[in-house]
Parts: sequence; structure tokens; C-alpha cells
Amino acid sequence: MTQQIPLVDYLVLGDTPHLVAHECTTCGARFFDRRNACASCFGTQFATVGVSSEGELEAFTIVSFAAPGVPVPFVAGVVDCRGTSVRANVINTAPDPEHVKLGMKVRLATYSVGTDDEGTEAVGFGFEPF
Amino acid sequence: MAENVWILGIYMTKFGKHPDKDTVDLAAEATMGALTDGGVSMKDMGILAAGNLMGAGLGIGQALQKQIGQTGIPVYNVANACATGATALRTAIMAVKAGEADYGLAVGVEKLSGAGLLAGGARTSESNVYTPSGRFGAVAPVDGRIGTETMPGVFAQIGMQYVHEHQYGEAPFELFARISEKNHSHSTLNPLAAYTKKMSVEEIMGDVMIAYPNTRPMCSANCDGAAAAVVVSDSTLKKLSGEQQRRAVKVAASVLTTDPWEEACQVLPDVNTLTRNAADQAYEAAGVGPDDLDLVELHDCFATAELVHYDNLKLCEPGAATDFFESGATWRDGRTPVNVSGGLESKGHPIAATGIANIWEVCTHLRGEAKDRQIEGARLGLAHVIGLGSACGVHILEKAA
Repeated sequence: MTQQIPLVDYLVLGDTPHLVAHECTTCGARFFDRRNACASCFGTQFATVGVSSEGELEAFTIVSFAAPGVPVPFVAGVVDCRGTSVRANVINTAPDPEHVKLGMKVRLATYSVGTDDEGTEAVGFGFEPF
Repeated sequence: MAENVWILGIYMTKFGKHPDKDTVDLAAEATMGALTDGGVSMKDMGILAAGNLMGAGLGIGQALQKQIGQTGIPVYNVANACATGATALRTAIMAVKAGEADYGLAVGVEKLSGAGLLAGGARTSESNVYTPSGRFGAVAPVDGRIGTETMPGVFAQIGMQYVHEHQYGEAPFELFARISEKNHSHSTLNPLAAYTKKMSVEEIMGDVMIAYPNTRPMCSANCDGAAAAVVVSDSTLKKLSGEQQRRAVKVAASVLTTDPWEEACQVLPDVNTLTRNAADQAYEAAGVGPDDLDLVELHDCFATAELVHYDNLKLCEPGAATDFFESGATWRDGRTPVNVSGGLESKGHPIAATGIANIWEVCTHLRGEAKDRQIEGARLGLAHVIGLGSACGVHILEKAA
């Protein structure tokens, strides 16, 4: 089996790929990267928690112009995963306003980003309508 | 009780392409314009606050002094994204208010013509062996794979989020295009705007799509420009001529905020809470309310942004920004004219200049010197900027009694 590596460290691969966050044990605020203290309550203890893989599309844009080398068009958005907002692309649907709707139900999906010289496959994530 | 602070002199250069001038030339033109407008000279200035975002770290303040006059005064080179100009002005105001200087000078300058899209880094060849790096342990660039770092895309989402939260249906594209139509229409009366072409809704919607629903004319225009202001204390102003006192504009409120923590604010920038906080603080400091404003210059870096700031600045009832716009209130003949300069979408957005140029626009109306685009009888105006990251500047300006 090909060895896999997640695109980012808050994506956990395996049988049920999912996202994880650092949650402040005092107030519950969640962060996808490290914090010395909670931006909300200044607490210093964090626990790693799983983020729901289903949510609603809270905001989106269809990017037609991006930095050189970034394939367009693509749909960028914010998904409300049962109380935790996640930045992600909307994937596995046509990138147009007829197929992408505010408030639509979406779920986490993974895809292959590419394979490196050692045969390791990088796996990214997005959210697809369901 | 700290003294009131006044804008004594203020100036903005023509916004647009200035291929033969560098940032120092533009900053010098704006600064000397502001000094002349105020009837003072570099010799009078007790502090200089200067901003040039793209050249942050190069010391634009000292370079400016070498161009127009070195007197040894303290220089504060500031950078606060698109709020850089407002930050420079606020720095000068604080120095005067604190009694450390009788006169303060603030300048913002940018050369952005041809800068193109402000986005994340270009994606070049990717590593041959995936190695996690950075705060997210990413093995490949994330811009375009995990959302977008382009400014038009970020602000598109901010507008779409507002439309979603307030259930304004599924066709916001035309709504945002009509906001842009208003600002482009306003720009035809502003000779200092980078673009002064009236555009129909059809032309705006049919133009090049950048990040849905923002097409090119719905995006702020990259251009060159500078603006500068001289501020003065109450007690010093009283010693000046009647003409200087008559044209001085009172800084009724000067506020700078950053974004307090909110759920999601580190996922999609929250430009709302800090603007609402700044507006509340500014109205309280000035002892006025949104209904008292005769004109507003707000940060329409994209058409999608203008909508949310109607609400954030309390120009309308909470959640009613769309209805407010539909009522015609924000056109120049409406109840609360917004961006009669043409806004960033047509006047242009030379980043560090913007937060002083919007003050210039308001002051010019309060002085009754706005010629063809004069809002008759204007006595009170508000200027707002947002720098992503985020910083929000709100200034309320009042005509001299």
C-alpha cells in the first residue's frame, strides 16, 4: 500500500479521515494551529479534539484569479461543522453558483494532492455536497 | 481633560498612475500640500507619523524629511495593513492630545500601479519529498487547496456570509454589482479619482470575474497616491488666523481597534466586530449618532465589503443593510451618502494613503470646498478603514462652529 501523508497536520487519515483541533480546556475555543495561551480566555491548557465531518456552507466564493500556479476556478468557503468553523474548498461539484449554495449541507472528503519521489502520497481535504 | 485636536491642513494627490514619481516624491507632494493648506511649515511640526506598507521597514518618514526638511523631530513609521494611514493620523493625534507636540504631521503613501492581485505566494515547484513545515505542518502550499488567500476571495466570503446570515436569498450578485454601480457613478465627479467612468450594472456584472461575486470593477483599484494631514491642538489653533480657524476641522473622534476573539475569527477574518466596536466608541466620544452624519467614507475594498459596513457602522438597523441600500440612502442624494468620492473601487486604494485620503474627502465637504460633488451643508462626517489582520480606524470629523 502506498504510504500517505496528510496535506496539513490537523487532517487525520485512516479509515475515517477527520479534522482535529486544539481545544482550550477552560473555555472550549478551538484553534487549528498551536497557541501559547487561548486567544479568548488566556487559558494555557489545550486538548486535541475531533471536529465534526459534516456541516453547512456558511460562506463561499468562486475564485477565478489566484496566485500563479494555483489552478482556477475553485470554490473556497467556510463550513460550520456543528459549531466549529473550518476553512476549506468545496469539492466534487461544479464550481458555479448553480451548484454551490449558501447553507447547503456538506461533508468532509479527501483527495490525492500528488505523490513525491519516495512514493508518498499527499492527501488533502475538502467538503462535498450530500 | 485632554485638548481637542483639529485637522489644520490636509491634502491628497491625484490617485492613479505616477510612473515618474517614487514614494518619496508622492509623500513630499502630499506633505507640502498639507503644510501649505494649513499655513504652516516643517519647522512647526513636533512629530511625524508615516506609513508606506509595501516599503515598511525602509523608513519612509526619514526619507520624506530628507526630501522636504530635517528638523530632528521624532518619526514613527507605522504599518497596519490597509489601516496604515489611519494609524499614522491617529499616532499624530495622540501625540498632540498628550501634549507632547503642538502640531503633528501624518502621511501615507503607496505605489501600487500594476501590482495585480494581492494574494498568497505564487505556487512554484513543489518539494520532491513531502516534508511538513510551518504552523499547520503543511507538505504543500495550502492557498487554493484550503480556501483562498486572495483579497477579493476573502472579502467575497465576508459579503456572502452576511447575505447568508440575514437570509437575503440566493442572488446577491446583482445586489453587490449595484453597490459598485453607485460608487462608479459617484467617481465621475471626483477629478482626483483613478477611474472616473460611469458603469452600468450590466457592464459591472459582465466584466472579468475575479472571485464570485466580485468582478474586476467591484474590486478596489491598485494605484499610486499619497495623502497627508497636519493636526493641531485647541490652544495652538486659537493663536492662528481667523481663516485658519474657520477652515480647521475638528476631530470629534479618533478610534483604532483590533478584532477581539470570536468563534471563526481565525478562520475567516472578522471585519465586523472590530468595526462595530470602533463605531460605538467613536459615536460616544463625539456625542453623536449615525443619523447625524452628513456623509460617510467607508472601506469598500470590495463591493461585498461595503454592504457589511453599512450595518457595522450602525448606518442601518441590525441586519438591514440590504434594505438600507435598496432605499437609495447611500447614493449622494440619499439620506446618508456613502463614498461620494467614488470609494476604493474607483477612486483607488494606494494602501497606506487610503486612511488619510478618506479624511481629506470628508474635510473637503465640511469646508464646503468639494465643488461639483459637494454635499450641501455638510457639518459632520465619518471616515472608516479596515486593515486585514485586523485593524479598524474610525474618525468622526466636525465642521468648525
